[in-house]
Amino acid sequence: MKKYLSFLIIGIVFGITMTKSEAISWYRIQEMFRFQAFHMYGIIGTAVFLGAISVALIKRLGIRDLRGNPITFNDKQMSIPRYLFGGFIFGLGWALSGACPGPMYTLLGNGMLVFIVVIGSAILGTLAYGALRSKLPH
Amino acid sequence: MIEWLTQPWSWWFSGIMISGVMLALLFFGKSFGVSDTLRAACAIGGAGRRISFFNYDWKNGLWNIVFITGAVIGGFIAHQFLGGAENGVRISEATLQDLTAMGVQADTSTLAPTDIFSWENLFTLQGLIFMVGGGFLVGFGARYAGGCTSGHAISGLSNLQLPSLIAVIGFFIGGLLMTHLILPVFLSW
Repeated sequence: MKKYLSFLIIGIVFGITMTKSEAISWYRIQEMFRFQAFHMYGIIGTAVFLGAISVALIKRLGIRDLRGNPITFNDKQMSIPRYLFGGFIFGLGWALSGACPGPMYTLLGNGMLVFIVVIGSAILGTLAYGALRSKLPH
Repeated sequence: MIEWLTQPWSWWFSGIMISGVMLALLFFGKSFGVSDTLRAACAIGGAGRRISFFNYDWKNGLWNIVFITGAVIGGFIAHQFLGGAENGVRISEATLQDLTAMGVQADTSTLAPTDIFSWENLFTLQGLIFMVGGGFLVGFGARYAGGCTSGHAISGLSNLQLPSLIAVIGFFIGGLLMTHLILPVFLSW
């Protein structure tokens, strides 16, 4: 249980960050896809810049996790159609709903309960992918 | 400190916090990827009996379900106690003008336009497209691409993964096409 408490706290920090950065706002996603402000690019850019330095250091120094196990990174299997088509479909939905999965959950906490429908629909989309998986180019 | 936290957060502070979340999960032996919880939801619902893709031990992802529960609580705390977006989402004047010109009631005191995202609008064609259609495409696309913004744009790019870069390019091709060509049509209906 103590282990799960840690994930709950990290999740709370994530939810607060997504709200206070306004990254969960449909308006911010519209602004991003219209290239009308630096805000979203600044958030993602800063996170990736610091993330890349941290990951490189973890690898270089062989840093271990809290249980003493080496932190490992799985390389993603190379493919072009899978990531391009999948990403394309995701992008269409992101611009429509104004929310990727993390923000969908955080919007509920912000009182926008109608996003439970968006989450339910995202689960159905995941289900549809699972059913059609063998017929799609990967 | 509370006063400082209740102000809208700058992009750089937000970015630092998100990379902090990713790192914290790494130190607990996990990797940051929110859309896995959607697959887990299918598995918990019993989809694995029919579709092998969902026939896996979802209990290994229980930590992620706890994490997104935290994300809901974090949203609640930010909304109730840290000011939320109470002074309005500070989007640019240009975006406001574009949205207004397309007929969106761009009331930025809420996080999303309530003339589109509301229960009353759910069973209209527009509501179905934006909420049901949008959610479906996000879920389908995230699993097809093997990750969403957290898994590819943050975790994947931080690990310099070419597949993640291709996925992020896909996110933007889809997002730009929707925003500039398809969305204006949907909003005119």
